[in-house]
Amino acid sequence: MHPAYSVILFTTASGAGYGLLFWLAILSVFDNLPADLTLGMAGLGLAFALISGGLLSSTAHLGRPERAWRAFSQWRTSWLSREGIAAVATFVPFGLFAFGWIMLGQNQGIFGFVALIAAAMSIITVWCTGMIYQSLPTIRAWHQPLVSPVYVALSLASGGVLALTLLRLFGHESEDFGWVVVTFLAASLLLKRVYWSFIDAAPRDRTSGTATGLGRFGRVRPLEAPHTQANFVMREMGYAIARKHAAKLRMIVQLIGFVVPFLALVLTLTAAGPLTLPLTILGLLAVMFGVALERWLFFAEAQHVVTLYYGAEAA
Amino acid sequence: MQNPVEKTAATAQTVASATHPVAAAAEPHIDLSVSPADEIKTTTCYMCACRCGIKVYLKNGKVRYIEGNRDHPVNKGVLCGKGSAGIMQHYAPSRLRNPLLRVGERGSGEFKEISWDEALGLATTWLGDVRKDDPKKLAFFTGRDQSQSLTGWWAMQYGTPNFAAHGGFCSVNMAAGGLYTFGGSFWEFGEPDWEHTKYFLLFGVAEDHGSNPIKTALGKLKGRGAKVVSINPVRTGYNAIADEWLGIKPGTDGLLVGALIHEMLRTENVDLEYLVRYTNAPWLVIRDPGSPDDGLFARDADGKPIVFDKRTNELAAGSRIDISPAVVGEFTLADGRKAVPVFRLIAERYLGNEYAPDAVAKETGVPGDTIRRIAAEIADVAFKQTVTLPLKWTDWAGREHDSITGRPVSMHAMRGISAHSNGFHTCRLIHILQILLGTIDVPGGFRYKAPFPRPAPPPNKPVGKPSQIAAGKPLPGMHLGFVAGPEDLLMEADGTPTRIDKAYSWDAPIAAHGLMHMVITNAALADPYPVDVLFLYMANMSWNSSMNIGATLNYLTAKHDDGTYKIPKIIYSDAYASEMVAYADLILPDTTYLERYDCISMLDRPISDADAPADAIRHPVVKPDRNVRGFQDVLIDLGSRLKLPGFTKEDGTARYPGGYPDYIVNHERSPGIGPLIGWRGEDGNSFGVGKPNPKQLERYIANGSFHVHHLEPGHRYMKHANKGYLEFAKASGFVGSTDPIIFQLYSEPLQKFRLAARGHGPIQPPAQHKQRIERFFDPLPFWYPPFEGTMIDDRAFPMHAITQRPMHMYHSWGSQNAWLRQITNANRLYMSRTRAALLGIEDDDWVWISSHIGRVKAQVKLMEGVNDDTVWTWNAIGKRSGTWGLDKDAPEATQGFLLNHLIAELLPPRDGGYRYSNSDPVTGQAAWYDLRVKIEKAPAGEAHETWPRFEPLKSPPGVSAPSTLSYGREFKGGKA
Amino acid sequence: MTSLPAPSAKKLGLVIDLDTCVGCQACATSCKEWNTSGYSAPLSDHDPYGADPHGAWLNRIHAYDVGEGATSRTVHFPRSCLHCETPACVTVCPTGASYKRAEDGIVLVNPDTCIGCKLCSWACPYGAREYDYADGVMKKCTLCVDRIYNETLDPQDRVPACVKACPTGARHFGDLGDESSAVSQLVKAREGYDLMPEMGYKPVNKYLPPRPRRDAATTPSTPSTAAPVKTDGSATEKLFAWADKLLSR
Ligand SMILES: Nc1nc2c(c(=O)[nH]1)N[C@H]1C(S)=C(S)[C@@H](COP(=O)(O)OP(=O)(O)OC[C@H]3O[C@@H](n4cnc5c(=O)[nH]c(N)nc54)[C@H](O)[C@@H]3O)O[C@H]1N2
Ligand SMILES: Nc1nc2c(c(=O)[nH]1)N[C@H]1C(S)=C(S)[C@@H](COP(=O)(O)OP(=O)(O)OC[C@H]3O[C@@H](n4cnc5c(=O)[nH]c(N)nc54)[C@H](O)[C@@H]3O)O[C@H]1N2
Ligand code: SF4
Ligand code: SF4
Ligand code: SF4
Ligand code: SF4
Ligand code: SF4
Ligand SMILES: [Mo]
Repeated sequence: MHPAYSVILFTTASGAGYGLLFWLAILSVFDNLPADLTLGMAGLGLAFALISGGLLSSTAHLGRPERAWRAFSQWRTSWLSREGIAAVATFVPFGLFAFGWIMLGQNQGIFGFVALIAAAMSIITVWCTGMIYQSLPTIRAWHQPLVSPVYVALSLASGGVLALTLLRLFGHESEDFGWVVVTFLAASLLLKRVYWSFIDAAPRDRTSGTATGLGRFGRVRPLEAPHTQANFVMREMGYAIARKHAAKLRMIVQLIGFVVPFLALVLTLTAAGPLTLPLTILGLLAVMFGVALERWLFFAEAQHVVTLYYGAEAA
Repeated sequence: MQNPVEKTAATAQTVASATHPVAAAAEPHIDLSVSPADEIKTTTCYMCACRCGIKVYLKNGKVRYIEGNRDHPVNKGVLCGKGSAGIMQHYAPSRLRNPLLRVGERGSGEFKEISWDEALGLATTWLGDVRKDDPKKLAFFTGRDQSQSLTGWWAMQYGTPNFAAHGGFCSVNMAAGGLYTFGGSFWEFGEPDWEHTKYFLLFGVAEDHGSNPIKTALGKLKGRGAKVVSINPVRTGYNAIADEWLGIKPGTDGLLVGALIHEMLRTENVDLEYLVRYTNAPWLVIRDPGSPDDGLFARDADGKPIVFDKRTNELAAGSRIDISPAVVGEFTLADGRKAVPVFRLIAERYLGNEYAPDAVAKETGVPGDTIRRIAAEIADVAFKQTVTLPLKWTDWAGREHDSITGRPVSMHAMRGISAHSNGFHTCRLIHILQILLGTIDVPGGFRYKAPFPRPAPPPNKPVGKPSQIAAGKPLPGMHLGFVAGPEDLLMEADGTPTRIDKAYSWDAPIAAHGLMHMVITNAALADPYPVDVLFLYMANMSWNSSMNIGATLNYLTAKHDDGTYKIPKIIYSDAYASEMVAYADLILPDTTYLERYDCISMLDRPISDADAPADAIRHPVVKPDRNVRGFQDVLIDLGSRLKLPGFTKEDGTARYPGGYPDYIVNHERSPGIGPLIGWRGEDGNSFGVGKPNPKQLERYIANGSFHVHHLEPGHRYMKHANKGYLEFAKASGFVGSTDPIIFQLYSEPLQKFRLAARGHGPIQPPAQHKQRIERFFDPLPFWYPPFEGTMIDDRAFPMHAITQRPMHMYHSWGSQNAWLRQITNANRLYMSRTRAALLGIEDDDWVWISSHIGRVKAQVKLMEGVNDDTVWTWNAIGKRSGTWGLDKDAPEATQGFLLNHLIAELLPPRDGGYRYSNSDPVTGQAAWYDLRVKIEKAPAGEAHETWPRFEPLKSPPGVSAPSTLSYGREFKGGKA
Repeated sequence: MTSLPAPSAKKLGLVIDLDTCVGCQACATSCKEWNTSGYSAPLSDHDPYGADPHGAWLNRIHAYDVGEGATSRTVHFPRSCLHCETPACVTVCPTGASYKRAEDGIVLVNPDTCIGCKLCSWACPYGAREYDYADGVMKKCTLCVDRIYNETLDPQDRVPACVKACPTGARHFGDLGDESSAVSQLVKAREGYDLMPEMGYKPVNKYLPPRPRRDAATTPSTPSTAAPVKTDGSATEKLFAWADKLLSR
């Protein structure tokens, strides 16, 4: 699949944004995070910026962005529609939560309740995003039960590192939360590795023979493509990345996206010192870069069955 | 981990259960009955030479849609890939807009726009000067047009012998091979009996002139289980759907067919009755080596060929019906000399070992067993599965018959046979096979299309002998005819050809269509003489229709020491910014096919089918939005400006002031016979012959722009010997006499050339040509290897290289079509996977293709369905940068390539240094497919772009292209 | 309306005969020609005269090399929307622009409401959805809905443009929901099949497989009609003896 930068940006940014929102809400309710105005402005503001910036950038890949509002209508069947609705709906508890925190200096009680709703909605939204991909039977790498969980896990991990960074910046260190984030990093790495092992093990038993129905006569190979230049379908769905590059990129994703932040954070948690902040920020940059790369790879590695008509022998 | 397949099915289930009954109500309303047109006009397609009937949907004066005309005899409603892209042809940005005069060097593409008055004035001066002085100095050659009866007649009125059209590079082998054998031909003069045939052999056809009819027929044949056998080195297109594919080695079909003939003779599956009735099989051939009539037919006092009548044991005129002619044996003539029937010569030749299936297997690549099986299948269908139609008919001798029985084996062949230097004889071999089986013009066999059959060969002789050419005078007749012997050649007393292309000289004695591919070379080399004006129409001669393009470009721009061009003036009519435009001095911009009148005439190559003579017109269905004129109008205008007799009245005024439509209606070639056969006579009630009808074009237009005359059922078969048909054909002006047409298995005209080579007769070939004439003017067809392979080191160039026409492209025209070029805008060199592996070549590699004259770089595509010794590519995809309104970096120029760079126009020198053209020695047909090449992988650094690339050409003024096209937006929702 | 309607009795679709398709592209260009000015007008082309020409086509023709060596074949393969019975291309659409007609099962995109998110193209296994970069909306085969019911056309012309044009007669149009229809009968007689049935989309369009070849690989090489090779006397003499009969002229 062609990795659309707007979509990568969107899912990376809004994923982190929803994760941040989630953790700010959870910390408010369960860790008595003080309703510090600057933290609120910075944290919720950043979450808002990431979420809405991401959403906006996702409309950039629409052919008719001015009609984007129409996308809310088909919640009965369409995960994209559901995602849109969830995303917009999340702004309600989010807004109330932010109102309480920033305007009223309250992030608990009734505002804790809306915070929890915002947290839940965040996860639901990210889950819906994952389901857009997971529900597509045409792309084996996406049509896997772990796709949405990984989306959520990565959202929580990246949002967690982000939240931790903010807390540390504003002097609200919470060691427990640090360990939670570290755990999420490890867990999402594990999940992603399981996902990879799934897709690697998935049989590639759809072939150009079944796609054309000509397999009964022997091996099916393209002789003449319908058009000399790539058409829309190939531009959109014909993107292929060589296996050896994929393996290398997976290593990089694991190292930079997970191992580096994991080690950096563990270091800050076990040997606090003047390097805490730089290490945290390093962890943040690493995880964001890693997630973006993971997203890119998520597309690049995914093979659409339509490629069977255009030269792929199996999918 | 779930099983993904189960999971998929489950998803589908989920999808299904998402059904909501309310959905229907929510569907948007759409207008299903938007009217697609304000007006629908019928005319004739010209995206190729097939000439299908089309309906052009017009909305607000713009073309909305083009569809096939269901009533039209050619396409019966269907339309091909090109025809359906006609909108983009018509609106192509590459269309020329004004007459152009060259201002820079020739080939620079520097032009200024001029007015028509200027343009025509200039042309008149140039042409007038030549005509006054020496009309030969005009060479007028036309390409893909369909108005040869006008262009030829114009050239005749002008008085130059130098006229021909594209037939010389197309398929003159096919046309001449058939016309000399049975008075018809594959090509456009006949077709298989699609309705009744049960076994169909297709030799070397990728697309043909009968493009839609062949496709339609193949669909039908397959539908009813007739067997289709493809003989072709490549298995694509039509050949891909054949029931059996013989991936023959190029140039060897003659051997394969010879072996099939061998098998028919060996297994005694020959229709002897048919042979004695309709062919010269029983005619006696004199056997008297050394004498001037050795090998000619023994004739009676009236000059009629004679046979040996077994009933009376006497010699008798072959035309008598009360005889029982012998087809074997040896007989003594009145003068005591020996003579043998033609059939005996045939048996002797083809039963020979060199035509035995196992003997030809290696050379052809077709196993002996396969040949024997195919022969047996053919015999079985021909002799055990005959088709009898209850048609009453009367034969030429007046005998009445209640039915016609046919042997339903049919064949069709085109350029795979004809574009080789052995094509004439190979084509004749196929006809011999057809005739031995008795399948010409019978149910299920091959059928003539009007105005054919004509005598074999047709009686009209070529015109252009020295005595027929005079300053300021017309020629006494039309240029292209059929020689019956050396006395009909067009040469000076010393053997110098009178024609610039050397047609009808010893180089190409039966050049029935001229040698267009030699004109530029010969003119620049002044061999046999220089010309002053080269006038070309609709032929892209500086690119895809030339051999050896680099040399051709040099010839077009070659100068004398004094700085003047060796070809001093070049006038060219094109409609688009082709490669040729840049090499002309004066450009006469033509209309598109939707903007002009045209006439697809019985005097040329009409649209008849076997059951119905038919012709057609084009008429302007949209008005030109540029300053262009139909070329025929221009030619007629030039004719009257030059005061050519046929184009001027006695008082000096224009004979056809109304231009081409005026000519179409009022011109009479001979009394009562004009360009169109339908609705003749003042009242429009005559067919074929009749006075001009002023309302003729209106009648055509009202009828869908064509006229069909359905033959009476009893006239539909056996036309060569069918009294009723022959009388009809004579009355319609198709033939001059009602004599039956006797098939010439043995071709006496060829023997006459051979005798000349042996030193007999007043006109003999000079020494240098003798051996060649002797060898190739064999009156019985034979196989010999194509020339190129025998004249170069064939181990150095082991592969055969050929082209095929893509079904969706017409030569160079398709590339300017925004839709068609998306389908193909670069071509690959296709080769067999197994051979590539041996050469270390992988799919998508770039390779150098070298011939004995040069090399070309291309990217390969490996495939299964190709003969191992053959590489091939699509024809005419490669374009010169800067042409056709395309960007300079269009893939056509950077990746697309032509094999033409590798095809020599002249063969390597023979002993004595003479260089013949790269053509068939009998007809002069260009031997495109004799090409031999070597394939080598290109080094990594070179693996990205084609080679050679020439300087980009400058677009003519006014040609510019948009970066996005949203054709049809204006018609959306019926609004316009 | 992204929800699928209840299955319709009428299932309009195409039947494509791979045995007779010669890959001529007529169906592709006639489709483009009709539809660029029809219901989904325009079908835009990018860089139409440049280095990278590409555009929206609702029907595309592939050619495949099938098998290897003597038994291999070349198969031309037209591909357009199959008007699936349970197509995810419809259900994934967030706007309802993509829908399946309740009446006849034709799958359409409403060009006035599509937002060009392209998700439907991801959901289609058959590559049948074509994004129009200039128009910003998705296009697809409409089964020529604006022809087949068009009362301004001759009844005989109320068939899809591609079917009308196809010179070999390899394309058939009809109601595949009606077992007695000509297309259903054809599918039955020729063992028409679904593309990728395992995807579960239940295509309505069917493909007819190439017929078995009748060549060296399938036919014995010495059929009974070949006269036995005679051993005594040369072939020429034998033939002369045979041909030496009274033949009336
Ligand atoms: N390698 C190789 N070369 C070949 C062949 C091959 O098989 N292989 N085939 C050969 C054969 S058989 C042929 S016939 C030739 C064909 O080659 P050409 O006769 O050169 O055919 P086109 O390329 O179609 O070029 C015809 C010219 O007519 C112009 N034209 C198109 N429409 C109109 C119109 O309406 N009016 C006017 N005035 N001009 C118009 C086009 O723009 C173009 O410049 O190619 C030959 N060349
Ligand atoms: N679409 C389309 N239609 C056209 C044209 C076009 O450009 N495009 N051009 C028109 C013109 S001008 C012409 S002349 C006709 C030509 O019509 P065709 O004769 O069909 O044209 P080619 O493409 O030259 O096809 C030649 C075929 O012969 C095969 N072949 C080559 N060498 C041999 C051989 O030695 N033996 C055998 N058995 N086969 C061989 C090639 O593989 C190819 O399939 O088409 C006309 N129709
Ligand atoms: S075969 Fe195609 S291009 Fe040629 S005349 Fe017919 S419709 Fe036109
Ligand atoms: S072929 Fe593709 S676009 Fe057409 S209905 Fe099926 S899934 Fe949808
Ligand atoms: S591109 Fe249009 S039709 Fe396709 S899913 Fe998106 S909105 Fe629906
Ligand atoms: S049915 Fe109409 S829209 Fe669909 S492929 Fe055929 S011509 Fe194109
Ligand atoms: S028009 Fe017919 S023969 Fe031509 S490509 Fe389409 S389906 Fe095949
Ligand atoms: Mo030709």
